[in-house]
Amino acid sequence: MSMGKPLPHDTAPLHVTGQARYVDDIPMPGNALHLAFGLSTVAHGEITGIDLTLVRSAPGVVAVYSAADLDPMPDCSPSAHDEPLLAVGRVHYVGQPVFLVVAESYLAARKAARLGKVSYAELPAILTVDQAMAANSRFEQGPVIWQKGDPAKVMATAAHLVEGSFEVGGQEHFYLEGQVAAALPQEGGDMVIHASTQHPTEIQHKVAHALHLPMNAVRVEVRRMGGGFGGKESQGNALAIACAVAARLTGRPCRMRYDRDDDMMITGKRHDLRITYRAGVDGDGRILGLEFTHLMRCGWAQDLSLPVADRAMLHADNFYHLPNIRIESHRLKTNTQSATAFRGFGGPQGMVGIERVLDHVAFAVGRDPLAVRKLNFYYADEGGGASGRGVLDHQKVQTTPFHMPVEDFIGHELVAELERTSDFGKRMAAIAEWNKGSPILKRGIALTPVKFGISFTLSWLNQAGALVHVYQDGSIHLNHGGTEMGQGLFQKVAQVTAAVFGVDVSMVKITATDTGKVPNTSATAASSGADMNGMAAKAAAETIRGRLAEYIAGKHQAKASAVRFVDGQVRVAGEVYGWAQVVAWAYQARVSLSSTGYYATPKILWDRVRGTGRPFFYFAYGAAVTEVVIDRLTGENRILRADILHDTGTSLNPAIDIGQVEGAYVQGAGWLTTEELVWDGKGRLTTHAPSTYKIPACSDRPDVFNVALWGKPNREDSVGKSKAVGEPPLMLGISALMALSDAVAACGDGKVYPALDAPATAERVLMAINKVEGRRAKDV
Amino acid sequence: MSGIAFLLNGTPVRVEGEAPTRTLLDWLREDRGLTGTKEACCEGDCGACTVMVTDDSGSKALNACILFLHQLDGKAVRTVEGISGPGGKMHPVQEAMVQHHGSQCGFCTPGFVVSMAVAHLNGARDHDDQLAGNLCRCTGYAPIIRAAEAVEAAPVPDWMKADQPLSLSQISSVKSEEPGSFTGGFTPRDSDELADWYLANPEAVLIAGATDVGLWVTKSLRDLKPVAFLSGVKDLQGIERRGGQLHVGAGVTIAALREAVAGPLPSFGELLRRYASQQVRNAATIGGNIANGSPIGDGPPALIALGATLHLRRGDEMRSLPLEHFFLDYRKQDRRPGEFVVGVSFPDHARGLRCYKISKRFDQDISAVCGCFNVTVDGGTVTDARIAFGGMAGIPKRAALAEAAVLGQPWTLATVEAAAQAMAGDFTPLSDMRASAAYRLTTAQNLMIRYFHDLQGVPVSVLEVRA
Repeated sequence: MSMGKPLPHDTAPLHVTGQARYVDDIPMPGNALHLAFGLSTVAHGEITGIDLTLVRSAPGVVAVYSAADLDPMPDCSPSAHDEPLLAVGRVHYVGQPVFLVVAESYLAARKAARLGKVSYAELPAILTVDQAMAANSRFEQGPVIWQKGDPAKVMATAAHLVEGSFEVGGQEHFYLEGQVAAALPQEGGDMVIHASTQHPTEIQHKVAHALHLPMNAVRVEVRRMGGGFGGKESQGNALAIACAVAARLTGRPCRMRYDRDDDMMITGKRHDLRITYRAGVDGDGRILGLEFTHLMRCGWAQDLSLPVADRAMLHADNFYHLPNIRIESHRLKTNTQSATAFRGFGGPQGMVGIERVLDHVAFAVGRDPLAVRKLNFYYADEGGGASGRGVLDHQKVQTTPFHMPVEDFIGHELVAELERTSDFGKRMAAIAEWNKGSPILKRGIALTPVKFGISFTLSWLNQAGALVHVYQDGSIHLNHGGTEMGQGLFQKVAQVTAAVFGVDVSMVKITATDTGKVPNTSATAASSGADMNGMAAKAAAETIRGRLAEYIAGKHQAKASAVRFVDGQVRVAGEVYGWAQVVAWAYQARVSLSSTGYYATPKILWDRVRGTGRPFFYFAYGAAVTEVVIDRLTGENRILRADILHDTGTSLNPAIDIGQVEGAYVQGAGWLTTEELVWDGKGRLTTHAPSTYKIPACSDRPDVFNVALWGKPNREDSVGKSKAVGEPPLMLGISALMALSDAVAACGDGKVYPALDAPATAERVLMAINKVEGRRAKDV
Repeated sequence: MSGIAFLLNGTPVRVEGEAPTRTLLDWLREDRGLTGTKEACCEGDCGACTVMVTDDSGSKALNACILFLHQLDGKAVRTVEGISGPGGKMHPVQEAMVQHHGSQCGFCTPGFVVSMAVAHLNGARDHDDQLAGNLCRCTGYAPIIRAAEAVEAAPVPDWMKADQPLSLSQISSVKSEEPGSFTGGFTPRDSDELADWYLANPEAVLIAGATDVGLWVTKSLRDLKPVAFLSGVKDLQGIERRGGQLHVGAGVTIAALREAVAGPLPSFGELLRRYASQQVRNAATIGGNIANGSPIGDGPPALIALGATLHLRRGDEMRSLPLEHFFLDYRKQDRRPGEFVVGVSFPDHARGLRCYKISKRFDQDISAVCGCFNVTVDGGTVTDARIAFGGMAGIPKRAALAEAAVLGQPWTLATVEAAAQAMAGDFTPLSDMRASAAYRLTTAQNLMIRYFHDLQGVPVSVLEVRA
């Protein structure tokens, strides 16, 4: 049985030897051209003139296009048709593509792109959420508001009112492979695209639109990405469209890749936001009523901001039952890069809000944060768990703020187990003792949980297709709509497929995602890749297996249902045949050995306008304990240890799942600590390369890093009873921020809450320390 | 004759007519089809392009994106394709990376594999330091470190030893006959040749490690003409310890300098451990770090605190000056046209020296504030004080008022606090993407306090705390 085995990534041997081929590694025909954009240098302005004389005469330049040359201007938006490939009339952010250079070499294109002279009549730029609120600059008519119960009424009589506001920074994806695409013109005007994209069908759709072709004239192929993290869901559209348009106009193959600075200047990032909260709590810290306001900075174009902001609202509860809650979400339009999908897709932003509230509430009522968290957990699922509560007469399945029943809550048991394995209570006491004897360095510790909803909230996206061929020698060809960005999706689906046929996974050839093989695919996003494509591939394989069983059963006067496919053998009526033998016979007996497979996620029903229904098939759970140390004099801080227990159901591949959890934790902790995006007063991003934007490096991972999987099956009928793993563990990194808050609090006398903003750089940590210690910034 | 020759994955290659600014990375990918070596940042900050380069000082990991082809003359280069052995046999590091799930998207992986193979070859086991210059966005590094640890004891494969300096004789037959002039530049063999040539070409760009100049090419897209590549100037690459001083040639790499000071000046050594990354330290030179005049270089504050003397040469004329006098104003140094740094001298011991680097990330980052303290206390009274900072002004600069506030005073917390207050008059730092002006000043003042506690033996560094 190949499912559940900790097999290495399918192309690991090619990765480590440098043979794995990425889009920029694909040999191009000798006449291929290279593209680069000329970028806007102002945040908001009317274009008053474009002088491209020097660009056109630069060495190696073949063509240069601006708005005057492309009419109608192709659109790159995944949603609202508000992203012209090149600026038309007006620019909306620093870094917006204004003209396109087509040249004989990559270097020639880059050099020429810097020679354009574009003049602007500058307009007032809206850069911050405050400016956007003041100008009522937003997407949609007004804020989206969901309410359950009556929080205002409850708060009026609550024992404590806990209020606050904090800033949460964005995050650059920093996929190691930057955005890249190539277009190869075909006969009759057709186009083949190679792209580093999570969404081949979107690229196909947008390229077809740009070329005024039906979708069947465009084929998109994606073998792999060098990292995606959501940054290649929509942000690769512009490159593919530019290549296709230039290839159409020049008749030559075209390739485009952004250099790192262009990539960071042009493309969207995780949404930063300000979260304001007001919680009415009882004397123990039980949240009776809660109000959140999210001010999401969405940037200049709509992109995926509405569903991202929705998902932030959908995760405002996280692990906690909030009977009276109001969430107000503003999707603000600003003259900055268009914020986009990033692993968690708004979920992390929503979740960090409620974790901050619980941290603050615990401080306000003077209790251990974990005790306060537990007090507010959803009730355990029927059948118990270690909830520690007596059975209350009103105990029944609780619902989320959007009225979805939480039926699969395993939080009590999972957290209890993590407390035990991480030795949480003892370490908390030891840290308090250590801090007493350490005047300059202080430690902190926190446990935070994760409950993450699995499914696309745009319900129709919850479908997937696969195509499986069995060749006459018994070898298997697998194709499906999911894309491989390092997450191990291809290997997991291959394991599922091999399991259906009862053969070793080495019999399954994994092939590039191709819109010509499986059509109308959804983005590989929302952690849904293995869930959906695994089910689709399983369906395809089962169809073929069913035909084989019918055939071989017929030969033995047996029932098809009695045929067994195990260990590379086919067993029927007491006979045992080799897999390849049966396939060869079936071929000669004219049995079809190819099938598509299709899957649509069941049970989901969602009304996003009213904020009610069941947007998620199930929830994935996890929890993390992080221990940190900070320096009172400089704010320098480090993660010392992390202990994680994460729920991936019955894992399809525990090695891949643990890799996802470890990587996501470090990425989540990076988001909240060292990864700081800085824009200057003119709206220019000043952190547009790894020299200034600091993702975690090797030594930033926890010295002690214990990761375990929960291992119990998904109660829903998912593929192999597994659970999605891509996004949920990113939010385990929130425990790092809360541990820092705990360490900062240890610097004070318990009167002033640390109120730490994110990312908690050394500077922000020092500011918070100074606050709790009652020092002004300049005091020593 | 403008040709250069080197070993590429064990095979001699000769390259002619390449511009002095052609990088190894571009040449590998575009001309040789060796696409295993990846470009992810083109500024030496991510390590995806790491290659192994062997010369008479050994084998080291370098970033191919900011390594010019001309720097490779007479050396041996091994890319990820050459880390595998004959017939595609995997290196133990490659096998371990597969077994321990060290690759996910795989794009950073070739760079990691090369860094790990070099560390393995050199017997280095400080994995976090060896890999600080390789960024991975997928794995969180844990499985990569597990792989590195798993192969520590594995024997070095034969093919990896083939690049040892001895075998460079293999290419002597094709090595360019007349090192020196080439189109667009010059490769001097000693400092006399350099002095003469530079006097005649004072507009030239001198390139030692190319870790800064490389970015002028890959980021600013500048054409540099003419250039001189200094790696052949062996007489500027020595370290001598005599008369209580270390005399360090301008061409000494940061890696070599770190090794030299780690024993006698441990805090300086620790600062240099955090100087960029392994790949950058293997290329960058102390002469370049000083001559480029950056206000945020980490070498100068430590050297100024040590009371270093800088040595310059122009033609046949030599002069020396206290290092702090070299830095006049932002990016303006006391260096005449045609004059170059030949070396720096500084005391080989300084018990009171402490160097503190504050940056957003501990490794492979540029200092927001770099504070270096060297106070001498005799009989409870401060008899000498040298305090220098990077990141606090347009130049690396001494904190004159803070020094004055401690000089002749009893060495007490009260004195130190007064000095910290006085420091507010020493600096008017800038706000930028690394830190605000307020943070820089507060932290600089607090580092004065840290220094006092540090000398008392109180734990002050989060890097020394373990779970």
